[in-house]
Parts: sequence; structure tokens; C-alpha cells
Amino acid sequence: MAKVLMKGNEAIAEAAIEAGCKYYFGYPITPQTEISEYMAKRMPDEGGLCLQAESEIAAINMLLGASASGTRAMTSSSSPGISLKSEGVSYLVGCDLPAVIVNVQRGGPGLGGIQPSQADYYQATKAYGHGDMHLPVLAPSTVQEMATLTCEAFDIADIYRTPVIILADGAVGQMMEPVNIAECRSREVPPKTWAACGHGGRRRHNIINSLLMDPEELERTVLARFERYREIEKNELAFAEYMVDDADIIVVAFGIAARICRTAVDAVRAKGIKAGLLRPITLWPFPSSRILFHSETAKAFLSVELSMGQMVTDVKLACECRRPVEFFGRTGGVIPEPGDVAAKLTAMAKELGCETR
Amino acid sequence: MSIVFDKPHALTDELMHYCPGCTHGIVHRLVAEVIDELDIEDRTVGIAPVGCAVFAYNYFACDMIEAAHGRAPAVATGVKRANPELVVFTYQGDGDLAAIGTAETVHAATRGENITVIFINNCIYGMTGGQMAPTTLPGQVTTTTPYGRKPKIQGNPIRVCEMLSTLDGVAYAARVSVDTPANVRTAKAAIMRGFRNQLARKGFSIIEVLSTCPTNWGLSPVEALSWLRENMIPYYPLGTYKDIDAAGGGRK
Repeated sequence: MAKVLMKGNEAIAEAAIEAGCKYYFGYPITPQTEISEYMAKRMPDEGGLCLQAESEIAAINMLLGASASGTRAMTSSSSPGISLKSEGVSYLVGCDLPAVIVNVQRGGPGLGGIQPSQADYYQATKAYGHGDMHLPVLAPSTVQEMATLTCEAFDIADIYRTPVIILADGAVGQMMEPVNIAECRSREVPPKTWAACGHGGRRRHNIINSLLMDPEELERTVLARFERYREIEKNELAFAEYMVDDADIIVVAFGIAARICRTAVDAVRAKGIKAGLLRPITLWPFPSSRILFHSETAKAFLSVELSMGQMVTDVKLACECRRPVEFFGRTGGVIPEPGDVAAKLTAMAKELGCETR
Repeated sequence: MSIVFDKPHALTDELMHYCPGCTHGIVHRLVAEVIDELDIEDRTVGIAPVGCAVFAYNYFACDMIEAAHGRAPAVATGVKRANPELVVFTYQGDGDLAAIGTAETVHAATRGENITVIFINNCIYGMTGGQMAPTTLPGQVTTTTPYGRKPKIQGNPIRVCEMLSTLDGVAYAARVSVDTPANVRTAKAAIMRGFRNQLARKGFSIIEVLSTCPTNWGLSPVEALSWLRENMIPYYPLGTYKDIDAAGGGRK
């Protein structure tokens, strides 16, 4: 398949179909409704199903049912709808079920707005649902990544039996860019011997369940799940770097913010300020070790986000207070200009006494 | 020597946790007998609720999924849509089905999801210790209606079969009871209809079973059966509320 021009939301939908997702359950909400619309058009040709649920809560539970029976399934929403799904996400984790959940973020809290945002970072990486849990969180920055990371998400979900979050934003969801779905890769995944799909008289009944009344048993189960989390941290960490090797100031940014920051890095480099960009692709696991490594040489870090500053906490933790960590961002759906970031970098360089040309 | 009475194959050997006199055990057995008689255990998936029947996944020998509170019809939708060849049933209490899960129940019904819903109505929250249910009768004392349910304060009970019988996706809605041997036989026939409808791809079937909760009603098992007859059946009349196979469209 050649490169085609697609909206980010459509690229997610097409990539999911490419990954073998047969069941999509959704509920309309801006700015991600194109995913539902695209699925509604395409799924009948694929022998699959796009079902519009009565609520986000129903959609995530339909996903749970489809996943529990051993099929690949997905749901998507935007910030307010994602909050509704949090109950189901916790149950998916408790039941060790694979699932792909897309959040095309908009401004909040409450109904907030419909413009792009990254203000659900805390929710996605720290508290998607109740209980001791983590979720792999993938943050696409381009329409191509909307596709490739969606395919990745299905494999990660199946390999580690966990829900995986695609944390996109309204900008990447709505923009159109060339995308090649054929660039999506698939890995070998284990058979779903645990699925509730009829025992066929061949085995004891399978039970998909998150209730464990014995505290010792629940603790053992959580510990086993955290062993899998350690594996995810070891195997699935992903990030991209731009001009970090000699950088005095390293900008940390993901998604649409990273693209703005790359332009800003180029702009200040032209003025002789040694800036670089570290772009986490996985927000959990977070590239803490990489940030710590860079703290040996970089003089400071700058976290740039479309929020009041959430990832900045993880950057501070990662560099263990060895270097100053500053924040720059806009919120409510306002997108910072590259010039705003460049001005912040210039001010930081001056304060740090960095060499300039 | 011939065996004249045995445990259904579709029930496991797990010891049930239900209180003495609770009718969950009877209803579990009826569902299991139907699964045995239709020979569908190998391709049946049951969805357990949150409530007293939460551990149903340990008791039924078919594959089981434990859903979040009220979400069983949505989970069942996901299983059935992804696997139309499976037989999918939910087993839910009144709080699960008619309070927190009302939206999931109504929409699965109106979509005509080809599933079978076993609905246990005992007018109370059993597992949490006797609080008001959506089906608690006017005047009924519970721990959260200590002065009796007052419709002006706590609102009115909900009649589920009557409500669902208005929906086009519903193939069969019947209210039965398990308070007498005769009613147990009628209940089994209704449950059998619910599963047969699914095998014939007729759509959504719900069998509401009036049940007892001696522990939380504060009655002996025998007194509880009398209370059911004297108080519940007048408010929740037994009968078939919708049957698309009956003459004249089948609405009561």
C-alpha cells in the first residue's frame, strides 16, 4: 500500500483493522468521532462490527466482553468520555484482558472544550482506574505514528494481557498527513487459552474475573501483574531524540507539543543555543533512565505540555533534582507557538549562562 | 440401582455460599438443568453480576465472566456479537439490573441482543446487607428505608418486565416465581423458552424470577415464601409480558 493522505483519527481506525481488530465499540464525542465513522464504513467489508453503544460505560464493557471471548477489540473516546470508561479499564486490568483504548484528548476539566489538550497525562499514566495498576501509554506525534502505534498497541496488549492506551490529542487526531499503513509491524503473540469462548468439552471452564476475596491471593495476583509490568518497562520503552548529544537544555515533550518544540529547538540552535528534544513515545513506561543519563551533561530540562504541567513531575523525578526542570505550556485547548517555546529556551539559556555564538 | 435425581452437569461441585432458604440455589439449578437438556454447556458463556450471585462463576460449569456492577448486558453484547455461535446468558439481581445497570439492560433489550437474561427480583440488596433495591415495595423496611419505603421520598419500585415488554427488540419477557413446586416448574419452562429463543436467534429474552431473601427480610425460609406470595406477587404479577411467538403480537 502506498502513502495516502489521512486524518489522524482515520489512521487509527485503519491501522486497527490492519492489526486484526474485528470489533469496535464507541460513542460519539468530538474530536475523535471520525474513528467511529470510519469503523462504521469499513467494518462490514472486513467481516467485523462497529457498534455504537448507549454510553462510554457500555462501550468499554462491550469491549471487555469481546476481549474476554478472545477477539481483538477497541474503543475510543475523548477526555470526558474517557473518564466514564475508567471503571471498565480497571476491570480489564483486574481480569488481565488485552484491549486498546484511544483517548484523543480535548481541554478539561468537565466538558472543557473541544480543542487539543494533553491535560489527561496524569489520568493516563497514574490513575486511569482504581487499584494498584499501570497501563502502557503510547503517545503518537504524527499521523503515521497514529497508525504504527495502534498496531503496536494491539500486540503489546496481547503479549502482556493488559489494556493499552493511545494518548493522542485533538491536533494529531484532526490533522491530515501522508500515512503508509503497510509500515505497521506485527509481532508474534501468545494463544488466548484463557478466553471464555465455550469450553467445547475439552477443558475445565475458564473464568474471567477480577474478584479475589482472599487478601493473600489478591496480593499474589497483583504482584504477578507487577512482574509483567517490569517486563513491559524492560522491553517496551520507546522515545525519540533530536540533537540531545551536546545539548545544554533538553526539551521533553510528547505528541503535538513535541513537533512545536522541534521547530523551537531549530530556531534557538540557529541563534547558537544548544537545545535538544527528547520525545517520550511511551509515557508509561516513562524514559526516566534516559533523562537521568542526560542529566550528566545537560544543564537543564524544559517540559513543554498542552496543560498546566503534568509530565514535568516525572521529568523532575527522573533527573533526581540534579538539574533544574522548568515548565512551559498553554492549556484549555490553546496551542503554544514555536516562538513562545523558543523565547522560554532563550530566557533559560541566559539564566544558565550557556554559551551562545 | 438407577439414579433418579442428580446434580446437573452444568453445575460444578463448588459449595454454594447462599443463605439457608435463599432461592438462588433453585434458580441456579433450573438454569443448569436447561443447559444440560439443551446440551449447550460446551458453547455457553455466562455473565455473573455484582450482588449475591457474584460467585456464580464458580458454580456454573460453562465458561464464565464476572462483570462490573450492572454491566452484564454490555459484556454479554460484546461476547455474543463477537461469537454469534455461543449461547450467552446473564444472571443479575435487582440492584444490578434495574438500578446501576438500567441503561445497559434497556439498550441491550431494545437492540434485540440475542441473549438470555435471568433476573432475580427479591426486593432488596442482599450482598451488602439489606438495603433498598429499585424493586423494594412501598412500605417495605430495609436498612436504608428504616421507616418503610415512602414513594414520596424514595420513589416508586420499577416493574422491569412491563417496561421491557414495550421494546421492539424483546422476544420474550416473563415473570415467574419459585415459591411452590408448581411455580418452580413454570419457571423452568420460562427459562427453557429464554434459551430456546436464543438458539432460534429470536432476540432478547428476560425471565424475571421473584425470589426470597430470608436473611435480610428477617424471616424464616417458610415465612419468606409466604411474604413473597402475599406482598410481591400482587405488586409484580406473574405471567408472560411479551412473547413474539404468541398470537396477536404477544404483548400482555
